[in-house]
Amino acid sequence: MLLLDRTGTKTDVWTRSEGAAIDNLSHALVDWEALPDALRQKARDQRIGVSVPNHIGIAELKLVLRQLSLVSVAFPAFSDGRGFSLAKLIRNHGFTGTLRASGPLIADQFAYALSCGFDEIELPETSAARQPVEQWLAAASRISHGYQRGYGDNHNILDQRRAARAAAG
Amino acid sequence: MYRYDEFDARFVRERVAQFRDQVGRRLNGSLTEDEFKPLRLKNGVYLQLHAYMLRIAVPYGTLSSRQLRQLALIGERYDRGYGHFTTRQNLQFNWPKLRDIPEILDLLADVEMHCIQTSGNCIRNVTADHFAGVAQDEIEDPRPTAELIRQWSSLHPEFSYLPRKFKIAVTGAEHDRAVIKAHDIGLRLRRHPDTNAISYEVSVGGGLGRTPMIGKVVRDYLPKADLLAYLEAIMRVYNLEGRRDNKYKARVKILVHEIGVEEFKRRVEEEFARLDGPSVNADPAEVARIAAYFAPPAYEVLPTVSRVLEATKAANPTFARWVEVNTAPHKAPGYAALTISLKPIGQAPGDATSEQMRLVADLAEQYSHDELRVTHAQNLVLPHVRQRDLFAVWQRLGEAGLASANVGMITDIISCPGLDYCALATARSIPIAQAIQHRFADAERQRQIGELNIKISGCINACGHHHVGHIGILGLEKRGIESYQITLGGDATENAAIGEILGPGLAAEDVPDAIERIVNVYVETRQANESFIDAVRRLGLGPFKAAFQEVAHAVA
Repeated sequence: MLLLDRTGTKTDVWTRSEGAAIDNLSHALVDWEALPDALRQKARDQRIGVSVPNHIGIAELKLVLRQLSLVSVAFPAFSDGRGFSLAKLIRNHGFTGTLRASGPLIADQFAYALSCGFDEIELPETSAARQPVEQWLAAASRISHGYQRGYGDNHNILDQRRAARAAAG
Repeated sequence: MYRYDEFDARFVRERVAQFRDQVGRRLNGSLTEDEFKPLRLKNGVYLQLHAYMLRIAVPYGTLSSRQLRQLALIGERYDRGYGHFTTRQNLQFNWPKLRDIPEILDLLADVEMHCIQTSGNCIRNVTADHFAGVAQDEIEDPRPTAELIRQWSSLHPEFSYLPRKFKIAVTGAEHDRAVIKAHDIGLRLRRHPDTNAISYEVSVGGGLGRTPMIGKVVRDYLPKADLLAYLEAIMRVYNLEGRRDNKYKARVKILVHEIGVEEFKRRVEEEFARLDGPSVNADPAEVARIAAYFAPPAYEVLPTVSRVLEATKAANPTFARWVEVNTAPHKAPGYAALTISLKPIGQAPGDATSEQMRLVADLAEQYSHDELRVTHAQNLVLPHVRQRDLFAVWQRLGEAGLASANVGMITDIISCPGLDYCALATARSIPIAQAIQHRFADAERQRQIGELNIKISGCINACGHHHVGHIGILGLEKRGIESYQITLGGDATENAAIGEILGPGLAAEDVPDAIERIVNVYVETRQANESFIDAVRRLGLGPFKAAFQEVAHAVA
């Protein structure tokens, strides 16, 4: 697995636990099914993350978001774009922890993932071997500005036009 | 017309550079063929039966003379000297070489054009009424809305990997010329009866293909300012919940059908209420900035009826007939919206040579404020022609074989490229269109038949819109032989309807006979001034079915 964010590769501090056995892991990543048990066992200084499938309902997930430090959204295939909308929903529900996209994404999706609220991408080795991290960083800045408001920063084209109008008085 | 600002220009140039880089990464093995495929499709590059095909976006069907000349140049330099206008108001080149495509994209960017999202599982080129801005029955020009959606949908971070393609059409008129009810989203600009405020009627879940559906209204009066937030809510529900297990059930129409329009609407409204609209919507100044580009040109003050036109019509019945059939009323007195038929008898519907494109570009520059349109019926429009100039335009069109007086008539056939070009097709469609045109070539006979839309698709994907043809023809393949299924009673307008199958499939050579029998039933039984589609509605399928069976039986 290769883990990368907008600055390059990074070390994974999270450890996948077997079921809900989080023992004394400082950063325990558990499956959705094991989450209730894991949260019951959680010590004060432990951090819990959860792996969720991309078809999970936000109605369920939002109830536990405040107790989580990481949500890892599965991308079963790069062509399955549900994870982008799920990320947006998770952010719209106020989640401020780390949001991870996990699966065989392609470099051309990096900018989209970041704009939808993901912080990092976890790539399987087969994808990472073909698409080195430099390609990801280059792809992330290939298009300077998008048109959509509400995705990431306010450097989108509509807000820049608005700023230019305001400056012109 | 809309003109790119510095942001639009940079965006399109960067997309070209990105595509070059994507091709490079495919060639060096960074991307697999499966990974590269959606990237090339989202830039309009298809792998067809014999060659690559490039589909160029003509946003809401609007072109300038300069843009059309550039398309003519590309057709000449990189293709075989012609292009094909499509039912989604785009232009396709059927023979470009893959290695030339980045250069073609640069040439397009030079004239503020691109191929962004003309294919793939994303929001496609937005279409609109081809008489936008000039139609007498218009409440508001749909082009500013379409341009706003074009920008908003371009490389959308969230909605670029949808379950399936997604098509949006906009009209601002009472009479629907944009087939909005056969789109994933159809928008109709209308006034609220109480407040008089311009709003959108929003329909969702229309579509043709193997499961034809008429779109259902989910909002009667959406305030104009809420458009993008509401679209975001619809797209989010679809992206999360549209089926991904079967590509034939992945369009939003299937989701709407399976959960019901009320439940779909409830989910959309819930998301719309929850998301932060003001952070998503374009501010009114941006909407106004875009709308300003579509301000009407400086029309001359002219009498409603041109005496020059009346005199030339009186002296030349062929010209008079062409004016009667190919022009539509215009908002400005003394002007006409002129449709140039790309359906001369025996030609492939929607094809135009580079020379023809240049001529039309010249005419648009000289007679139509430098502007033209592509229609979903695969014709071209000069939207602002002075009535007194029509004769000169007609003469020059005639020299180029473009003066067919058949717009809306039985020979103005919509047809997909079919098995002659398309990798998906199961049967030929262009030769069928040509055979029907030859059968009904006589101008007087066409005049007697009146308005009649025939639409032909060469496979079940229905690119030729056969479901909404007054007469629809679907080409299938049965045990290695082409078989044509005839439907009757489809309608592409505000009275949208899906045609019904008349009987068993026919061999290609029997199609013109069957059409002729159907038409004869109409001619023999119509009431005064009753159009074909009205007669079908009044009579039902019965009498037409009986006539059709005679041909079907003769074959069997």
